Amino acid sequence: MSTIEDARAPGEGARRRPPEPLVPEGERRVSANVCQAAGCLSMQSDLVLGALRDRVEAAGLSDVAVRRVGCLGLCAAGPLVEVPELGRLFDHVQPDDGAALDSLVTTLSGGEPGGQAMAKEPFFSHQVKVVLERCGQVDPERVEDYLDAGGYEALTKTVTTMSPEEVIAEVVRSGLRGRGGAGYPTGLKWTTVAKATSHDGKFVVCNADEGDPGAFMDRSVLESCPQQVLEGMAIAGYAVGAQHGYVYVRAEYPLAVKRLNSAIRQAERSGFLGKQIAGTDFEFHVEVRIGAGAFVCGEETALLASIQGGRGTPRPRPPYPAASGLWGRPTLINNVETYANVPPVVMRGGEWYGSIGTGKSKGTKVFALAGAVVNTGLIEVPMGLSLRQIVFDIGGGLVGGKKFKAVQTGGPSGGCLPEELLDMPIDYESLAQAGSHMGSGGMIVMDESTCMVDVAKYFMDFCREESCGKCLPCRAGTVQMYGLLDKITRGRGTRHDLDTLQSLAEMVRTTSLCGLGQGAPNPVFSTLRYFRDEYLAHIDDHTCPAGACRLDGGER
Amino acid sequence: MSDEVRTLVIDGRDVAGASGQSILSVAEESGVFIPALCHLAGLSEVGSCRLCMVEVEGTARLVASCVTAVEEGMKVTTTSERLLAYRRRAIELLFMERNHVCSVCVADNHCELQELAKTLGVTHFELPPLHPACDVDATHERFVLDHNRCILCARCVRVCDEIEGAHTWDIRGRGTGARLISDLGKPWGESTTCTSCGKCVQVCPTGALYEKGRSVAEGKRHRPYVPFLVATNALGTGRQL
Ligand SMILES: Cc1cc2nc3c(=O)[nH]c(=O)nc-3n(C[C@H](O)[C@H](O)[C@H](O)COP(=O)(O)O)c2cc1C
Ligand code: SF4
Repeated sequence: MSTIEDARAPGEGARRRPPEPLVPEGERRVSANVCQAAGCLSMQSDLVLGALRDRVEAAGLSDVAVRRVGCLGLCAAGPLVEVPELGRLFDHVQPDDGAALDSLVTTLSGGEPGGQAMAKEPFFSHQVKVVLERCGQVDPERVEDYLDAGGYEALTKTVTTMSPEEVIAEVVRSGLRGRGGAGYPTGLKWTTVAKATSHDGKFVVCNADEGDPGAFMDRSVLESCPQQVLEGMAIAGYAVGAQHGYVYVRAEYPLAVKRLNSAIRQAERSGFLGKQIAGTDFEFHVEVRIGAGAFVCGEETALLASIQGGRGTPRPRPPYPAASGLWGRPTLINNVETYANVPPVVMRGGEWYGSIGTGKSKGTKVFALAGAVVNTGLIEVPMGLSLRQIVFDIGGGLVGGKKFKAVQTGGPSGGCLPEELLDMPIDYESLAQAGSHMGSGGMIVMDESTCMVDVAKYFMDFCREESCGKCLPCRAGTVQMYGLLDKITRGRGTRHDLDTLQSLAEMVRTTSLCGLGQGAPNPVFSTLRYFRDEYLAHIDDHTCPAGACRLDGGER
Repeated sequence: MSDEVRTLVIDGRDVAGASGQSILSVAEESGVFIPALCHLAGLSEVGSCRLCMVEVEGTARLVASCVTAVEEGMKVTTTSERLLAYRRRAIELLFMERNHVCSVCVADNHCELQELAKTLGVTHFELPPLHPACDVDATHERFVLDHNRCILCARCVRVCDEIEGAHTWDIRGRGTGARLISDLGKPWGESTTCTSCGKCVQVCPTGALYEKGRSVAEGKRHRPYVPFLVATNALGTGRQL
């Protein structure tokens, strides 16, 4: 390449191309859905898409659609291609892997089906898809696909046949709780915002900041089916009386931002956003705001400050955003997944939704399964499934047949759950009782080679880096706790340090201003609760049972 | 906001305040001492030092008394073993966070941090000092900013914004990297918004902001002048939450 222009040209060109009709849809009989979400794209699934399209064209198959879709779930085995009509999944498809592509073409042309039968895979069979129903089925950049799959029927039903009160009643009936972490009842939050009076408008905000290490649920949803989130927001706007919405996405998610922006434009063109939605007087406008990737900006008051152009630091509540949010107006703030649950709730009814899940935890939950399991990826399971089913059935057990040690849920403010708790059902109450919490849905599996003190240190390192620095206990306390944990992992800690760590953790949890500081000591508490002997081994015996820490030796 | 009377009990004493008034402010008026460093009567509240947290009967969590409004029938406890332990720990965290060696500080004997440590009976520190080497900005013709003594209470930020109306100060960075900045990061001496009024220096609880030419222990504040300014300023209704 001789000039900068030359170097730039291919990418620029690719970006400017309109959403291509991949193969004439004609009399489509089967389709090949090629994952184009960030995970598979990083393994060149865009080239797979091109290669497959060429082959299908060369083979003269006119009744096959080769489509760009979002996340197919089994991220560990990408690039993935699914043939939904035949229930076949092809994994590890490389753009230059002639055999795999041939097998795909044979399958598509009605010959011997290749790949794996999805119905037989526990990874798929244990899952129930509500939020992810259309992920991997529709082209995320074509609203027509979403409409074909029943998209915007819920919004149309809402604005043409339901009163705002009826919409809220349906959400209340569903038992849906916030998927962003705290699990606050969504119907109750909507009711509060709907009742709040305002002479100059209200706002609906979607929290897509997703900063937990290892979490990629919200990103996948936005990359795979952004329309469903927009539809949920518009329904929320109708229910609470808001005409403007913001989606706050972190800058580290460029693909999600791109697809979201294109989804907004297309929804506006199709009359599902903007003025006179579905031919009624209801109007709802959505804008995207991009965050700079600070974890604390996921905290709702910091997020609102950031949208307003201020520094992203939390403020004391009350007043809650429902009473005084963006520019002092009543503001509804929910998570991506919470909104994505809304269209199915409206379409199929709160009662149907409430029939999935357990007592106080209704519906499904999307998890980003990561760490030492075979099948890492994006999963959606009914609440109440056991950890064991997730780790061993869906997750396929541990990589290399290693021994299970713990699973971490809830991100940096969550906890580590040991083997004894593998049969615990996954719901808000059980997780909280066990000293962890649901969080936004990150789930990291750890094997025997992981040192739990080191894990606590890792999360504390994260919190001290991400503390906004506004309030003292979190700003200085996380740094001091990190120091104590570091000392212990180096074999230089004392029993007195352990006491200090515990009392400091207690103080930080109780006195910090926002959830970041209040939750930061949690990994310490949960590892102390279930793996105290590992702390003591480092302190008393100067050894790391997992063999993960490099100890400085005996001298203190 | 209507000023309805609210009666409550603080440390066993019946007291009265107005609706919307903070617990801390009612306690101050009633002669009950609650420690605080970010709070200063007349400025808006930020609730960031967390020293003023108190127990409220029927609430499992502690509440920051500077940002919690009084309610009818509330029963507030401002001192307990637990609260005292947390407050001592908070003072320790502050002392260890930057360089607070009183014997060489301009604010020695005129420092609210030092005074609180004495009042709360802080006798020793368990945690190690972090000792970051912070800058000193002496570019202003009359004042000095020594980051080594700054506790990030943001009183200067608020007094400059809310009373003087200049908004010279703000805070940059996060976590322990958070720093007070003037004019988006310019040296103080090059600030085009600073009016050199010195209010920030007067409200600083420690030796972070001081007048040039003062030596160790000479940084006495002319504090009464702030409430006076506040009283004359319509914005300064810090009493109402
Ligand atoms: C430090 C911190 C980070 C958070 N990050 C997120 C996040 O990335 N996404 C999110 O939806 N909620 C996050 N939350 C929770 C939000 O404050 C808020 O509770 C949530 O967006 C409400 O939506 P929901 O009711 O639908 O869960 C965070 C909270 C804290 C304290
Ligand atoms: S707890 Fe941490 S992140 Fe939250 S306000 Fe305090 S310093 Fe900021």
